[in-house]
Amino acid sequence: MALTGMRGLSVFISDVRNCQNKEQERLRVDKELGNIRTRFKNEKALTHYKKKKYVWKMLYIYMLGYDVDFGHMEAVSLISAPKYPEKQVGYIVTSCLLTENHEFLRMVINTVRNDIIGRNETFQCLALTMVGNIGGKEFSESLATDVQKLLVSSSCRPLVRKKAALCLLRLYRKNPDVVNIDGWSDRMSQLLDERDLGVLTSVMSLFVALVSNNVEAYWNCLPKCVKILERLGRNQDVPQEYTYHGIPSPWIQVKTMRALQYFPTIEDPNTKRALFEVLQRILMGTDVVKNVNKNNAAHAILFEALALVVHLDAEKEMMSQCVALLGKFVAVREPNIRYLGLENMTRMLLVSDVQDIIKSHQAQIIISLKDPDISIRRRALDLLYGMCDVTNAKDIVEELLQYLNTADFAMREELALKAAILAEKFAPDLSWYVDVILQLIDKAGDFVSDDIWYRVVQFVTNNEDLQPYAATKAREYLEKPVLHETMVKVSAYLLGEYNHLLARRTGCTPKEIFIIINEKLPTVTTSTVAIVLSTYAKILMHNHPPDPELQEQIWSIFRKYESYIDVEIQQRAVEYIALCNKGAALVDVLAEMPKFPERQSALLKKAEVAEVDTAEQSAIRIRSQQQTSNALVVTDQRPTEGSLPVSQLGVVRMPSGKMEASTQDQTSFQDQGMTKENGVITEVVPQDVPPADLLGDLLGPLAINGSPATAVPVEQRNQNLLSVVEATPEAAGSLALTTVDNQPNSIQPIVNIAERFNELCLKDSGVLYEDLHIQIGIKAEWQAHHGHIVLFLGNKNTSPLVSVQALILPPTHLKMELSLVPETVPPRAQVQCPLEFVNLRASRDVAVLDFSYKFGTAMVYVKLRLPAVINKFLQPISVTAEEFFAQWKSLSGPPLKLQEVLRGVKPLSLPEMANLFTSLHLAVNPGIDTNPNNLIACTTFYSESTRATLCLIRVETDPSDRTQLRITIASGDPTLTFELKESIKEYLVNIPTQTSSAVVAPSQPQSPVTPVAYNDPGAMLAGLL
Amino acid sequence: MIHFVILISRQGKVRLTKWYSPYQQKERSTVIRELSGLIPTRGPKLCNFVEWKGYKVVYRRYASLYFCICIDPDDNELEILEIIHHFVEILDRYFGSVCELDLIFNFHKAYYILDEILIAGELQESSKKTVARLIAAQDSPVETAKEEASSISNMMSQAM
Repeated sequence: MALTGMRGLSVFISDVRNCQNKEQERLRVDKELGNIRTRFKNEKALTHYKKKKYVWKMLYIYMLGYDVDFGHMEAVSLISAPKYPEKQVGYIVTSCLLTENHEFLRMVINTVRNDIIGRNETFQCLALTMVGNIGGKEFSESLATDVQKLLVSSSCRPLVRKKAALCLLRLYRKNPDVVNIDGWSDRMSQLLDERDLGVLTSVMSLFVALVSNNVEAYWNCLPKCVKILERLGRNQDVPQEYTYHGIPSPWIQVKTMRALQYFPTIEDPNTKRALFEVLQRILMGTDVVKNVNKNNAAHAILFEALALVVHLDAEKEMMSQCVALLGKFVAVREPNIRYLGLENMTRMLLVSDVQDIIKSHQAQIIISLKDPDISIRRRALDLLYGMCDVTNAKDIVEELLQYLNTADFAMREELALKAAILAEKFAPDLSWYVDVILQLIDKAGDFVSDDIWYRVVQFVTNNEDLQPYAATKAREYLEKPVLHETMVKVSAYLLGEYNHLLARRTGCTPKEIFIIINEKLPTVTTSTVAIVLSTYAKILMHNHPPDPELQEQIWSIFRKYESYIDVEIQQRAVEYIALCNKGAALVDVLAEMPKFPERQSALLKKAEVAEVDTAEQSAIRIRSQQQTSNALVVTDQRPTEGSLPVSQLGVVRMPSGKMEASTQDQTSFQDQGMTKENGVITEVVPQDVPPADLLGDLLGPLAINGSPATAVPVEQRNQNLLSVVEATPEAAGSLALTTVDNQPNSIQPIVNIAERFNELCLKDSGVLYEDLHIQIGIKAEWQAHHGHIVLFLGNKNTSPLVSVQALILPPTHLKMELSLVPETVPPRAQVQCPLEFVNLRASRDVAVLDFSYKFGTAMVYVKLRLPAVINKFLQPISVTAEEFFAQWKSLSGPPLKLQEVLRGVKPLSLPEMANLFTSLHLAVNPGIDTNPNNLIACTTFYSESTRATLCLIRVETDPSDRTQLRITIASGDPTLTFELKESIKEYLVNIPTQTSSAVVAPSQPQSPVTPVAYNDPGAMLAGLL
Repeated sequence: MIHFVILISRQGKVRLTKWYSPYQQKERSTVIRELSGLIPTRGPKLCNFVEWKGYKVVYRRYASLYFCICIDPDDNELEILEIIHHFVEILDRYFGSVCELDLIFNFHKAYYILDEILIAGELQESSKKTVARLIAAQDSPVETAKEEASSISNMMSQAM
C-alpha cells in the first residue's frame, strides 16, 4: 500500500514535469485535483496511507502555484492519526497549507496539546515544530505553559527542548503576555548556562526577542552573554560539530552580540573589559580568507561586532578602528562586503567625531555609486546622502547630477529627490541652488516631481536678490532646442514674474521673451499652457512703452484659447482678455506675487514617504534630524498639502489690503479669490458678471462645484473622459472662480475608474464604477461584430436614487442601442439595462456612458468609458506555419504591414505576454517562429462591412531588456493594421492614468506629467513616446 | 527573523516554499512572482542581497536553483547567507551530491530537513551531524517507502 502510494506521487510529479506547456500542466493538475476531490468525497473510509498520498499531491500542486481550495480538512485530520508516518505528513502539510488564523487549526488544538504533553518524543517534536511555524494567538493561550515546561524540564532531551524554545518564541511574538517576566529572568539566566549548543542556538533567539521587549528584566543575563562570547571566541569546549568551517558557531555569536545591543550600557567594569577584549579580538583577528563560506561567517561576526561597538559608544580609538575597517570594506571588490561596508558606514554616521574620517572615503563611495549592482548603488546613494553637509554638498550634489545621466529608471526619482533636498539644505549660496534644480529638471525632467519646481519658485519669490539671476538662467535654458516640459513651466513662470528685471539685457525685451516662450507653446500640454497664458498676461503688463504689435499677438492667442476645450485654459483666456480691458487694474492684479509663507519642505516629507520602499535604516531619518544650513531660510510653520495628485501647495492668501484695492466689488475675494493650481497662482479678476452671482459662487461648496462643468463647450463632451463632474444647474452661466481641479467633490468614486476600465478591456464582467450610493456592473458577450452588454445599476442605499439618466455618446464606428433606463432605482435594488453594439469598422475610439443620478440634493454626474474596445471584436484563430508565412509574405510593407519598436514596455515575461494576448483575443501560435524570444499571434477581426479579416502579429523581444520590443502587425486593411497596432501598444506600454482620483475633471487622460505616475519609469517613457 | 524561504529554479519553477510570517494565498503568489522576476535576472558577480519592499532578500544560487530567504532590513545578512549554505550542505549530505531532481521528486524530504533547521523563522540547529541523525531517525518508520521513491527518482534522472 505504502509503496503504491509513493509511486503514485512520483508518477504524478514526472507527469507534470513532462508537460510541454502551461496549458498541458494545468490539464494534468486539474485532472489530479478532480481525482483527489472525488476520493475525498466518496470514499468515506479512506485509509491513512491513501490520504497521505493525496495530501502530498495537494501540497505539490499548491507549491506549483495552483489554488487548492479543498482537502485542507483531510490534511489536518492526519494530525490525529495514531501512527508516526501519517501524523508527520499531517503536521508538515498543514503547516504549509494553512496560515495561523485558519479555523481548522482550532479543531486540532487539543490533539496538538496531547502530543506536546504526551510521552512520545517524536510526536512532541512534530507538534512543537508546527506550532512554532504557524501557531497563532489561540495556540499561544492554550499551549504556552506546556511549552515552557518542556523547555526547562530536566528530563527532556535537547532535541525537544530546542524546539520548545523556538516554539515559545513564536507564541511570545503572538502574545507577549505568555511569558511572565518575574519568573523568567531567573529562568532565562539558567538557560543561558546551557552546555548543548543546539539548545543554546534556539535559546539565544528567544532571549533576543525577550530582551528587545524589556531589557530591564534581564540585566542578570548580561554577564552570561559575555561569558558565552568568551567561550566561543576562545573556542573553549566547543564540539567539532558546532564549528562552521572552523569558526565556533557563528550564529550564536551573532545572536549574542545582537542581544547585547539592547542593553543601553554595561556598568560592571569587569564584564565591560571582558566584552571589549572579545570585540577587540574580532576586530583585529578577522582576515579575508579564500573559502567563501568561512569568509562570510567570519564577516557576519565582524559586522555584528562593529554594530555592538558603535552601540556601546566605545573609546575613540576603537571607533576609529571600526571606521578604518569600514573604509577598507567600501573599497574592496567583493560585492557582499562592500555592500555591508556601505550599509554599516551609513549607520556609523550617527556617531559623533567620525564624520571627518568617513568623509575621507568620499571618492571611494562615489565609485560604488556607479557599480553595476543596484543594491550597492542604493547603499552608496544613501550613504552619500547621509554624509552630505555644507562642506561637501557641492561635490556630492554634482556627482549625483552627473550620475543622473546614466542611472537606471528605478533610481532616478529617488536620486532627483535626494539631490534636490541636499541642494536645498546645504546650499552654500542660493544661486547655486537654483543652478542645481534647473540642471535637475533639464537632465531628468520626467523624474522631477512638481514639488521640486514649486520649491524653487518659492525660494526665488521670497529672495529678491535671487530673482534677476533666476530669470537670466530661465532665459538661457529657453534657448535650448529641446526642453523638458517642466523646464518650460518653471522658465515661463519665472520670466512672467521677473522679465522686467532683465529688460536692459540684450535679447530680453518683453517681445523677445514672448517669442521664445511662444515657440514652446505648440508642444506643451494643458497644464503648461495655463502657466504660459499667465506669463503672457504678465509680459503684457510690463509692456512699457506699449508695443501694439506684441499686444495684438498676445491678444490673438488669448482669443484663440477663449474657446479651448479645457475649461481651465478657457477660463484663463477669457479672464485675461477681460483684464486687459480694465486698464490700470491690470497692473494691480498682475503685480508680482507676494512672498510665500515660510513652510516646511514638501520634499523632505515626500522623501520620508518614499522610504517605505527603501531600507529602514536610511539616512533620510538621520538627515531630517540634522540642522539645515543657513543659506536658505525655511522654517516649519505650516505643513503643505502635497499629497493630492495635482499637488496643490495650498491656498495662498493675499494680503487683504492689496486685494481690496483691486477688487472693489467683493471683499470676500480674500478667501477664495486666489487659488493655486499646478503651482501657479491664478489671479482672479473682477468680472463683468452681476455681483449677486459672484456672491452665490463664493458661498458654499455647491456653487464652486457647479459652474465649470456648465461652462464646458459642447465638444468637451465628446472627449473620452473618465471623470466625474458635479453640475448644479443654478450656477449655469456664471464664470468659474475656482479651477476645476480644486473642486471638493462630495461624491467620489470608491473604485479606480481607469483601472476598472482597463481590467474590463481584458475580461467580460466586473464592476465599472462604484461610489457611496451606486455600483455599476457590467456583463458582456461578444459574437463576431455584435456585442451585447448588460449594465447592472445597483442602489446601495436604503433610499431610492432618482433622476437616473444614462446617455451614450457613441463613436462613429459603433452602432449602439441602449434600452430604456428607469428614472428611479429603488432602495437596495439592482436594475439591468441591456445595450447592443454593432461594430462598423476598426477604431480605437471609445464609447462613453454619460451617467447621472440624484441623491438627496446632490447631483452626481459621471462619464464612464465602456469597454467596447477593438479587441472585443476579435476572435482568436490558430494557423499553421505554411498559412502564416504565405499571408505574412503577401502582406508586404506599410500600410498593410506596420512595424514599430516600443520602448518603456511593461516588463512581461513571455508567458505573461502570451496570457495578455490571450485575454485580448489574440491566439498565440507557438512554434511558428523559431526564435524562442519571439511571439506569433493570429486573430480575426469582425466588422459589419468587412466580416472576418485575418490579422497577424509578431512580437520580437529582447531577453536582456524586457522594456523594449519590436512589434509587427499585418492585415489586409490598412486602418485595421494601424488601429490594432496602436491598441496593442496601449496594453504593452504603461500609459499613466490619473489613478488616485477621478474627480480631476476635464484634463487629458494621458497627460504625461501626472505625478502619480512618477513611481513608474515605464509610464514616464510612455509619456515621452 | 526570517519571513519566508523560497527555492526557485532558473526557469521560475517553485521547488519549495516555507512561510514563517502569515501571508495569504494571494500575497504568496505575488511574492513568488515578483521574486522570480527579480532574482534570477541578476548577474553572477553582484552581491547576494536584494532590497525589496522594505525587506531584504538574501539569495544564493546553486546550479540551477536559487535559495532565497527574506529577512528584516536590520538582520545580519551574512549570517542568513550561511544558513542557506548550511541547509544546502545538509541536503547534499542526505541525498549524496544533491541536484534539482532530488528536490523535485523528494520535495517532502526537503520540508522535513528544513523543519529540523529552522523553526519560527530562526535557526534551530547548526550541527549537521545532529540534523542528519534526526532525519535518519524519522526515515526508519517510512524506510520502505523512501527506498521506493529514490529508486524511481534514479530511474527518472537516468531517463532525463
